[in-house]
Amino acid sequence: MGESIEDIEIQLLLDAVYRHYHYDFRHYARASIKRRLLQARTQWGYDSISEMQSAVLHDETILPRLLNFLTVQVSEMFRDPSYFQALREKVVPHLRTYPSLKVWVAGCSHGEELYSLAILFAEEGLAERTIFYATDINPNALKAAQAGVYPLDRIRLFTENHRLSGGHGSLSDHYTANYDRAVFDKSLRERTVFSDHSLVTDAAFGEMHLISCRNVLIYFDRELQDRVVGLFGESLARGGFLGIGSKESLRFSAHADLFSEFVREEKIYRRRSR
Amino acid sequence: MSLRAVVIGASAGGVQALSQILPGLPAGFPAPVMVVVHIPPRKDNALVELFARKCRLEVKEAEDKEPLVPGTIYFAPPDYHLLVETAGSLALSSDETVNHSRPAIDVLFETAADAFGNALAAVVLTGANQDGARGLRAVCEAGGSAFVQDPATAEVGTMPEAALAACPAARMMALDEIGCALQAMMPR
Repeated sequence: MGESIEDIEIQLLLDAVYRHYHYDFRHYARASIKRRLLQARTQWGYDSISEMQSAVLHDETILPRLLNFLTVQVSEMFRDPSYFQALREKVVPHLRTYPSLKVWVAGCSHGEELYSLAILFAEEGLAERTIFYATDINPNALKAAQAGVYPLDRIRLFTENHRLSGGHGSLSDHYTANYDRAVFDKSLRERTVFSDHSLVTDAAFGEMHLISCRNVLIYFDRELQDRVVGLFGESLARGGFLGIGSKESLRFSAHADLFSEFVREEKIYRRRSR
Repeated sequence: MSLRAVVIGASAGGVQALSQILPGLPAGFPAPVMVVVHIPPRKDNALVELFARKCRLEVKEAEDKEPLVPGTIYFAPPDYHLLVETAGSLALSSDETVNHSRPAIDVLFETAADAFGNALAAVVLTGANQDGARGLRAVCEAGGSAFVQDPATAEVGTMPEAALAACPAARMMALDEIGCALQAMMPR
Protein backbone atom coordinates (compact mmCIF):
# COMPACT_ATOMS: atom_id res chain seq x y z
CA MET A 1 0.00 0.00 0.00
CA GLY A 2 1.36 3.44 -0.88
CA GLU A 3 1.38 6.33 1.52
CA SER A 4 -2.15 7.62 2.02
CA ILE A 5 -3.02 11.26 1.39
CA GLU A 6 -3.79 11.63 5.06
CA ASP A 7 -0.35 10.37 6.04
CA ILE A 8 1.25 12.83 3.63
CA GLU A 9 -0.84 15.64 5.10
CA ILE A 10 0.18 14.67 8.63
CA GLN A 11 3.86 14.71 7.70
CA LEU A 12 3.44 18.12 6.09
CA LEU A 13 1.61 19.48 9.13
CA LEU A 14 4.35 18.26 11.49
CA ASP A 15 6.99 19.77 9.20
CA ALA A 16 5.10 23.07 9.17
CA VAL A 17 4.75 23.15 12.96
CA TYR A 18 8.47 22.47 13.31
CA ARG A 19 9.58 25.03 10.73
CA HIS A 20 7.33 27.83 11.91
CA TYR A 21 7.03 27.23 15.66
CA HIS A 22 10.05 24.98 16.38
CA TYR A 23 7.99 22.33 18.13
CA ASP A 24 9.27 19.04 16.80
CA PHE A 25 6.77 16.19 16.71
CA ARG A 26 8.30 14.55 13.65
CA HIS A 27 9.68 11.65 15.63
CA TYR A 28 6.69 11.07 17.84
CA ALA A 29 5.15 7.60 17.53
CA ARG A 30 3.02 8.01 14.46
CA ALA A 31 -0.08 5.92 15.24
CA SER A 32 -0.74 7.86 18.41
CA ILE A 33 -0.07 11.30 16.97
CA LYS A 34 -2.32 10.49 14.02
CA ARG A 35 -5.19 9.59 16.34
CA ARG A 36 -4.75 12.84 18.21
CA LEU A 37 -4.55 14.95 15.06
CA LEU A 38 -7.66 13.32 13.62
CA GLN A 39 -9.48 13.96 16.90
CA ALA A 40 -8.45 17.62 16.76
CA ARG A 41 -9.57 17.88 13.14
CA THR A 42 -12.98 16.40 13.95
CA GLN A 43 -13.45 18.49 17.05
CA TRP A 44 -12.48 21.72 15.34
CA GLY A 45 -14.53 20.96 12.25
CA TYR A 46 -11.83 20.99 9.57
CA ASP A 47 -12.46 18.95 6.43
CA SER A 48 -8.87 17.86 6.13
CA ILE A 49 -5.51 17.93 7.88
CA SER A 50 -4.30 20.29 5.13
CA GLU A 51 -7.00 22.77 6.06
CA MET A 52 -5.95 22.47 9.67
CA GLN A 53 -2.33 23.03 8.68
CA SER A 54 -3.22 26.25 6.96
CA ALA A 55 -5.09 27.44 10.05
CA VAL A 56 -2.23 26.52 12.38
CA LEU A 57 0.26 28.44 10.24
CA HIS A 58 -1.83 31.57 9.80
CA ASP A 59 -3.47 31.82 13.21
CA GLU A 60 -1.05 31.74 16.14
CA THR A 61 -3.83 31.25 18.67
CA ILE A 62 -4.41 27.71 17.40
CA LEU A 63 -0.96 26.44 18.30
CA PRO A 64 -1.48 26.29 22.10
CA ARG A 65 -4.64 24.27 21.56
CA LEU A 66 -2.83 21.96 19.17
CA LEU A 67 -0.08 21.47 21.76
CA ASN A 68 -2.73 20.44 24.27
CA PHE A 69 -3.97 17.81 21.84
CA LEU A 70 -0.49 16.53 21.04
CA THR A 71 1.10 16.52 24.47
CA VAL A 72 -1.19 16.56 27.44
CA GLN A 73 -1.33 13.38 29.44
CA VAL A 74 -3.82 12.73 32.14
CA SER A 75 -1.85 10.95 34.83
CA GLU A 76 -2.34 9.98 38.45
CA MET A 77 -0.45 10.82 41.59
CA PHE A 78 1.57 7.80 42.70
CA ARG A 79 0.60 5.98 39.51
CA ASP A 80 1.97 2.42 39.86
CA PRO A 81 2.39 2.59 43.66
CA SER A 82 5.06 -0.12 43.59
CA TYR A 83 7.34 2.23 41.61
CA PHE A 84 7.16 4.85 44.35
CA GLN A 85 7.58 2.20 46.99
CA ALA A 86 10.79 1.06 45.30
CA LEU A 87 12.04 4.66 45.16
CA ARG A 88 11.26 5.04 48.85
CA GLU A 89 12.77 1.77 49.99
CA LYS A 90 15.66 1.24 47.59
CA VAL A 91 16.66 4.58 46.05
CA VAL A 92 16.12 6.96 48.98
CA PRO A 93 18.76 5.24 51.19
CA HIS A 94 21.35 6.10 48.52
CA LEU A 95 20.04 9.64 48.06
CA ARG A 96 20.33 10.26 51.81
CA THR A 97 24.10 10.08 51.52
CA TYR A 98 24.21 13.30 49.44
CA PRO A 99 24.21 16.72 51.13
CA SER A 100 22.22 18.21 48.26
CA LEU A 101 20.05 16.63 45.60
CA LYS A 102 18.77 17.48 42.14
CA VAL A 103 15.71 15.71 40.75
CA TRP A 104 14.35 16.13 37.22
CA VAL A 105 10.77 15.29 36.30
CA ALA A 106 11.02 15.29 32.51
CA GLY A 107 7.74 15.79 30.66
CA CYS A 108 5.93 16.76 33.85
CA SER A 109 2.59 17.52 32.17
CA HIS A 110 0.09 18.60 34.86
CA GLY A 111 2.48 17.75 37.67
CA GLU A 112 1.05 14.56 39.17
CA GLU A 113 4.45 12.83 39.16
CA LEU A 114 6.20 15.95 40.49
CA TYR A 115 3.88 16.28 43.50
CA SER A 116 4.12 12.56 44.17
CA LEU A 117 7.90 12.84 44.37
CA ALA A 118 7.78 16.09 46.35
CA ILE A 119 5.50 14.42 48.92
CA LEU A 120 7.70 11.34 49.04
CA PHE A 121 10.83 13.47 49.55
CA ALA A 122 9.07 15.52 52.25
CA GLU A 123 8.00 12.36 54.05
CA GLU A 124 11.52 11.00 53.88
CA GLY A 125 13.01 14.24 55.21
CA LEU A 126 14.87 15.02 51.98
CA ALA A 127 12.81 18.00 50.81
CA GLU A 128 15.06 20.66 52.36
CA ARG A 129 18.11 19.53 50.49
CA THR A 130 16.42 18.89 47.13
CA ILE A 131 15.84 21.06 44.09
CA PHE A 132 13.25 19.72 41.67
CA TYR A 133 13.28 20.57 37.99
CA ALA A 134 9.91 20.08 36.31
CA THR A 135 10.00 20.47 32.57
CA ASP A 136 7.57 20.24 29.69
CA ILE A 137 7.19 21.74 26.22
CA ASN A 138 3.60 22.77 26.80
CA PRO A 139 3.29 26.14 28.59
CA ASN A 140 -0.31 25.39 29.63
CA ALA A 141 0.76 22.12 31.21
CA LEU A 142 3.58 23.88 33.09
CA LYS A 143 1.10 26.44 34.38
CA ALA A 144 -1.17 23.67 35.62
CA ALA A 145 1.77 21.88 37.24
CA GLN A 146 2.76 25.12 38.96
CA ALA A 147 -0.77 25.59 40.28
CA GLY A 148 -0.99 22.05 41.70
CA VAL A 149 -4.78 21.93 41.65
CA TYR A 150 -6.61 18.69 40.86
CA PRO A 151 -10.30 17.79 40.71
CA LEU A 152 -11.44 16.46 44.06
CA ASP A 153 -13.02 13.42 42.44
CA ARG A 154 -9.54 12.15 41.52
CA ILE A 155 -8.25 12.42 45.07
CA ARG A 156 -9.71 9.13 46.22
CA LEU A 157 -7.57 7.29 43.66
CA PHE A 158 -4.50 9.41 44.48
CA THR A 159 -5.02 8.69 48.20
CA GLU A 160 -5.26 4.96 47.65
CA ASN A 161 -2.15 5.02 45.43
CA HIS A 162 -0.25 7.02 48.06
CA ARG A 163 -1.20 4.54 50.77
CA LEU A 164 -0.19 1.56 48.60
CA SER A 165 3.15 3.22 47.84
CA GLY A 166 4.04 3.13 51.54
CA GLY A 167 3.29 6.80 52.21
CA HIS A 168 3.62 7.99 55.77
CA GLY A 169 0.57 9.76 57.07
CA SER A 170 -2.27 10.80 54.83
CA LEU A 171 -2.27 12.48 51.45
CA SER A 172 -4.72 14.98 52.95
CA ASP A 173 -1.83 16.39 55.00
CA HIS A 174 -0.61 17.90 51.74
CA TYR A 175 -3.66 19.59 50.21
CA THR A 176 -6.62 21.77 51.06
CA ALA A 177 -10.02 20.92 49.67
CA ASN A 178 -11.66 23.91 48.09
CA TYR A 179 -15.14 23.21 46.70
CA ASP A 180 -14.56 20.55 44.07
CA ARG A 181 -10.80 20.98 43.91
CA ALA A 182 -7.79 19.88 45.91
CA VAL A 183 -5.11 22.58 46.16
CA PHE A 184 -1.71 21.13 46.97
CA ASP A 185 0.50 22.95 49.48
CA LYS A 186 2.80 25.64 48.16
CA SER A 187 5.58 24.25 50.34
CA LEU A 188 5.72 21.23 48.02
CA ARG A 189 6.84 23.36 45.09
CA GLU A 190 8.90 25.95 46.95
CA ARG A 191 12.07 24.29 45.75
CA THR A 192 10.86 23.45 42.25
CA VAL A 193 12.07 25.13 39.08
CA PHE A 194 9.43 24.92 36.35
CA SER A 195 10.96 25.20 32.94
CA ASP A 196 10.23 24.94 29.26
CA HIS A 197 12.44 22.15 27.95
CA SER A 198 12.17 19.88 24.94
CA LEU A 199 13.57 16.38 25.12
CA VAL A 200 13.63 16.47 21.32
CA THR A 201 15.64 19.60 20.67
CA ASP A 202 17.16 20.87 23.93
CA ALA A 203 20.39 19.90 25.64
CA ALA A 204 21.18 17.98 28.81
CA PHE A 205 20.53 19.22 32.36
CA GLY A 206 23.55 18.80 34.60
CA GLU A 207 24.32 16.44 37.44
CA MET A 208 20.92 15.07 38.38
CA HIS A 209 20.66 12.47 41.14
CA LEU A 210 17.27 11.21 40.00
CA ILE A 211 15.40 11.57 36.73
CA SER A 212 11.81 10.39 36.66
CA CYS A 213 10.26 10.26 33.20
CA ARG A 214 7.33 7.88 33.07
CA ASN A 215 5.21 7.14 30.02
CA VAL A 216 6.88 9.78 27.92
CA LEU A 217 9.26 7.60 25.92
CA ILE A 218 6.38 5.46 24.59
CA TYR A 219 5.20 8.48 22.62
CA PHE A 220 8.50 8.63 20.74
CA ASP A 221 9.81 6.52 17.88
CA ARG A 222 12.90 4.37 18.43
CA GLU A 223 15.25 7.00 17.04
CA LEU A 224 13.98 9.71 19.36
CA GLN A 225 13.82 7.32 22.33
CA ASP A 226 17.46 6.71 21.70
CA ARG A 227 18.33 10.40 21.72
CA VAL A 228 16.45 10.96 24.96
CA VAL A 229 18.05 8.01 26.73
CA GLY A 230 21.43 9.46 25.73
CA LEU A 231 20.33 12.84 27.08
CA PHE A 232 19.38 11.25 30.40
CA GLY A 233 22.75 9.51 30.53
CA GLU A 234 24.50 12.87 30.08
CA SER A 235 22.27 14.60 32.61
CA LEU A 236 22.76 12.14 35.45
CA ALA A 237 25.54 12.29 37.99
CA ARG A 238 27.56 9.07 38.16
CA GLY A 239 25.53 6.66 40.24
CA GLY A 240 22.34 8.71 39.64
CA PHE A 241 19.00 7.02 39.12
CA LEU A 242 16.57 6.94 36.20
CA GLY A 243 12.96 5.78 36.51
CA ILE A 244 10.83 5.16 33.43
CA GLY A 245 7.33 3.77 32.83
CA SER A 246 6.49 0.18 33.66
CA LYS A 247 6.14 -0.74 29.97
CA GLU A 248 9.15 1.21 28.79
CA SER A 249 12.63 -0.18 28.38
CA LEU A 250 16.20 0.90 27.74
CA ARG A 251 16.92 -2.44 26.17
CA PHE A 252 16.77 -1.28 22.57
CA SER A 253 18.73 1.89 23.09
CA ALA A 254 22.25 2.40 21.78
CA HIS A 255 22.94 4.06 25.14
CA ALA A 256 21.71 1.13 27.21
CA ASP A 257 25.25 0.40 28.40
CA LEU A 258 25.36 3.72 30.26
CA PHE A 259 22.93 2.19 32.75
CA SER A 260 22.61 -0.84 34.96
CA GLU A 261 19.29 -2.24 36.13
CA PHE A 262 18.72 -1.18 39.74
CA VAL A 263 15.15 -2.32 40.43
CA ARG A 264 14.38 -4.36 37.38
CA GLU A 265 10.65 -4.90 37.83
CA GLU A 266 10.05 -1.19 38.48
CA LYS A 267 12.21 0.02 35.58
CA ILE A 268 14.59 1.91 37.82
CA TYR A 269 18.09 2.15 36.38
CA ARG A 270 21.37 3.48 37.69
CA ARG A 271 23.96 5.47 35.79
CA ARG A 272 27.18 3.51 35.62
CA SER A 273 30.17 5.29 37.09
CA ARG A 274 32.62 4.17 34.46
CA MET B 1 -6.35 -11.23 -0.80
CA SER B 2 -3.78 -12.49 1.63
CA LEU B 3 -4.27 -11.91 5.33
CA ARG B 4 -1.37 -10.25 7.15
CA ALA B 5 -2.74 -9.75 10.65
CA VAL B 6 -5.56 -10.65 13.02
CA VAL B 7 -6.99 -8.45 15.79
CA ILE B 8 -9.40 -9.68 18.44
CA GLY B 9 -11.35 -7.76 21.10
CA ALA B 10 -13.17 -9.28 24.06
CA SER B 11 -14.63 -8.13 27.36
CA ALA B 12 -16.91 -9.83 29.89
CA GLY B 13 -16.72 -13.58 29.29
CA GLY B 14 -13.78 -13.02 26.96
CA VAL B 15 -11.31 -15.46 28.48
CA GLN B 16 -13.65 -18.38 27.89
CA ALA B 17 -14.46 -17.24 24.36
CA LEU B 18 -10.78 -16.82 23.51
CA SER B 19 -10.15 -20.30 24.88
CA GLN B 20 -12.28 -21.62 22.05
CA ILE B 21 -10.39 -19.73 19.35
CA LEU B 22 -6.71 -19.21 20.20
CA PRO B 23 -5.70 -22.80 21.13
CA GLY B 24 -7.13 -23.95 17.79
CA LEU B 25 -4.72 -21.84 15.75
CA PRO B 26 -2.15 -24.22 14.26
CA ALA B 27 1.61 -23.98 14.65
CA GLY B 28 2.97 -22.01 11.73
CA PHE B 29 -0.07 -19.72 11.60
CA PRO B 30 1.34 -17.13 9.22
CA ALA B 31 0.14 -13.88 10.80
CA PRO B 32 0.50 -12.04 14.11
CA VAL B 33 -2.58 -12.04 16.35
CA MET B 34 -3.18 -9.00 18.57
CA VAL B 35 -5.68 -9.24 21.39
CA VAL B 36 -7.31 -6.67 23.66
CA VAL B 37 -9.22 -8.00 26.64
CA HIS B 38 -10.70 -5.55 29.13
CA ILE B 39 -8.96 -6.27 32.40
CA PRO B 40 -8.68 -4.28 35.63
CA PRO B 41 -5.72 -1.87 35.46
CA ARG B 42 -3.85 -3.06 38.51
CA LYS B 43 -3.85 -6.77 37.92
CA ASP B 44 -0.79 -8.53 36.66
CA ASN B 45 -1.37 -9.91 33.24
CA ALA B 46 -2.44 -13.47 33.98
CA LEU B 47 -3.77 -13.87 30.44
CA VAL B 48 -0.34 -14.43 28.94
CA GLU B 49 0.48 -17.27 31.27
CA LEU B 50 -2.97 -18.81 30.89
CA PHE B 51 -2.91 -18.84 27.10
CA ALA B 52 0.76 -19.72 26.78
CA ARG B 53 -0.14 -23.06 28.35
CA LYS B 54 -3.09 -23.62 26.02
CA CYS B 55 -1.78 -22.41 22.67
CA ARG B 56 0.53 -23.80 20.03
CA LEU B 57 1.59 -20.29 19.05
CA GLU B 58 3.93 -18.14 21.09
CA VAL B 59 1.97 -15.94 23.50
CA LYS B 60 3.36 -12.73 25.01
CA GLU B 61 2.49 -9.35 26.40
CA ALA B 62 2.91 -6.66 23.74
CA GLU B 63 5.88 -4.34 24.23
CA ASP B 64 6.33 -0.79 23.04
CA LYS B 65 7.78 -0.50 19.48
CA GLU B 66 8.05 -4.26 19.28
CA PRO B 67 8.41 -5.74 15.79
CA LEU B 68 5.48 -7.99 14.83
CA VAL B 69 6.32 -11.63 14.27
CA PRO B 70 3.92 -13.97 12.43
CA GLY B 71 2.59 -16.83 14.51
CA THR B 72 2.75 -14.83 17.73
CA ILE B 73 -0.19 -13.84 19.93
CA TYR B 74 0.20 -10.43 21.58
CA PHE B 75 -1.94 -9.37 24.54
CA ALA B 76 -2.33 -5.69 25.43
CA PRO B 77 -0.84 -4.97 28.88
CA PRO B 78 -3.21 -3.78 31.61
CA ASP B 79 -3.67 0.00 31.75
CA TYR B 80 -2.12 0.71 28.33
CA HIS B 81 -3.64 1.06 24.89
CA LEU B 82 -2.18 -1.24 22.25
CA LEU B 83 -1.69 0.31 18.83
CA VAL B 84 -0.31 -0.91 15.53
CA GLU B 85 2.43 1.61 14.83
CA THR B 86 3.27 0.51 11.29
CA ALA B 87 2.48 -2.65 9.39
CA GLY B 88 5.50 -4.15 11.10
CA SER B 89 5.44 -2.95 14.69
CA LEU B 90 3.38 -2.26 17.80
CA ALA B 91 3.18 0.68 20.18
CA LEU B 92 1.70 1.32 23.61
CA SER B 93 0.16 4.51 24.92
CA SER B 94 -1.22 5.76 28.20
CA ASP B 95 -3.70 8.10 26.55
CA GLU B 96 -6.99 8.57 28.31
CA THR B 97 -9.47 5.72 28.38
CA VAL B 98 -11.64 5.13 25.32
CA ASN B 99 -15.13 3.73 26.03
CA HIS B 100 -14.03 3.79 29.71
CA SER B 101 -11.37 1.23 28.83
CA ARG B 102 -7.61 1.11 28.64
CA PRO B 103 -6.72 -0.94 26.72
CA ALA B 104 -9.54 -0.17 24.27
CA ILE B 105 -10.51 -2.40 21.39
CA ASP B 106 -11.33 0.59 19.17
CA VAL B 107 -7.77 1.92 19.48
CA LEU B 108 -6.24 -1.38 18.39
CA PHE B 109 -8.73 -1.95 15.57
CA GLU B 110 -8.53 1.58 14.14
CA THR B 111 -4.74 1.65 14.10
CA ALA B 112 -4.59 -1.90 12.70
CA ALA B 113 -7.06 -0.98 9.95
CA ASP B 114 -4.88 1.97 9.11
CA ALA B 115 -1.71 -0.11 8.93
CA PHE B 116 -3.01 -3.29 7.26
CA GLY B 117 -5.98 -2.11 5.19
CA ASN B 118 -7.70 -5.02 3.49
CA ALA B 119 -5.13 -7.54 4.72
CA LEU B 120 -6.65 -7.50 8.22
CA ALA B 121 -9.20 -9.74 9.92
CA ALA B 122 -10.93 -8.40 13.05
CA VAL B 123 -13.01 -10.29 15.57
CA VAL B 124 -15.40 -8.90 18.21
CA LEU B 125 -16.37 -11.31 20.98
CA THR B 126 -18.56 -11.28 24.07
CA GLY B 127 -18.80 -8.15 26.24
CA ALA B 128 -21.05 -5.82 28.18
CA ASN B 129 -20.15 -2.50 26.52
CA GLN B 130 -19.80 -1.00 23.04
CA ASP B 131 -16.03 -0.99 22.64
CA GLY B 132 -14.93 -2.40 19.29
CA ALA B 133 -17.93 -1.18 17.29
CA ARG B 134 -16.25 1.92 15.87
CA GLY B 135 -13.05 0.00 15.35
CA LEU B 136 -14.78 -2.78 13.47
CA ARG B 137 -16.40 -0.23 11.19
CA ALA B 138 -12.97 1.21 10.47
CA VAL B 139 -11.73 -2.28 9.59
CA CYS B 140 -14.64 -2.77 7.15
CA GLU B 141 -14.14 0.66 5.61
CA ALA B 142 -10.49 -0.18 4.97
CA GLY B 143 -11.59 -3.36 3.20
CA GLY B 144 -10.68 -5.79 5.97
CA SER B 145 -12.67 -8.84 7.06
CA ALA B 146 -14.95 -8.51 10.09
CA PHE B 147 -16.21 -11.35 12.27
CA VAL B 148 -18.57 -11.02 15.23
CA GLN B 149 -19.51 -13.67 17.73
CA ASP B 150 -23.21 -14.52 17.42
CA PRO B 151 -24.70 -12.47 20.29
CA ALA B 152 -27.06 -15.36 21.06
CA THR B 153 -24.07 -17.58 21.86
CA ALA B 154 -22.10 -14.89 23.72
CA GLU B 155 -21.93 -14.79 27.49
CA VAL B 156 -22.88 -11.11 27.21
CA GLY B 157 -24.35 -10.04 23.88
CA THR B 158 -24.08 -6.24 24.16
CA MET B 159 -20.67 -5.83 22.56
CA PRO B 160 -21.24 -8.12 19.56
CA GLU B 161 -24.66 -6.53 19.02
CA ALA B 162 -23.13 -3.06 18.98
CA ALA B 163 -20.44 -4.25 16.55
CA LEU B 164 -23.02 -5.74 14.18
CA ALA B 165 -25.09 -2.56 14.31
CA ALA B 166 -22.05 -0.40 13.52
CA CYS B 167 -20.71 -2.74 10.86
CA PRO B 168 -23.53 -4.59 9.06
CA ALA B 169 -21.05 -6.15 6.63
CA ALA B 170 -19.52 -8.17 9.47
CA ARG B 171 -20.11 -11.92 9.45
CA MET B 172 -21.89 -13.30 12.50
CA MET B 173 -20.57 -16.69 13.61
CA ALA B 174 -20.28 -19.17 16.44
CA LEU B 175 -16.87 -19.34 18.13
CA ASP B 176 -15.68 -22.53 16.43
CA GLU B 177 -16.64 -21.13 13.03
CA ILE B 178 -14.56 -18.01 13.68
CA GLY B 179 -11.43 -20.10 14.29
CA CYS B 180 -12.01 -22.03 11.06
CA ALA B 181 -12.69 -18.85 9.11
CA LEU B 182 -9.40 -17.33 10.25
CA GLN B 183 -7.47 -20.42 9.22
CA ALA B 184 -9.23 -20.58 5.87
CA MET B 185 -8.10 -17.04 5.07
CA MET B 186 -4.45 -17.81 5.57
CA PRO B 187 -2.20 -18.19 2.56
CA ARG B 188 -0.86 -21.71 2.29
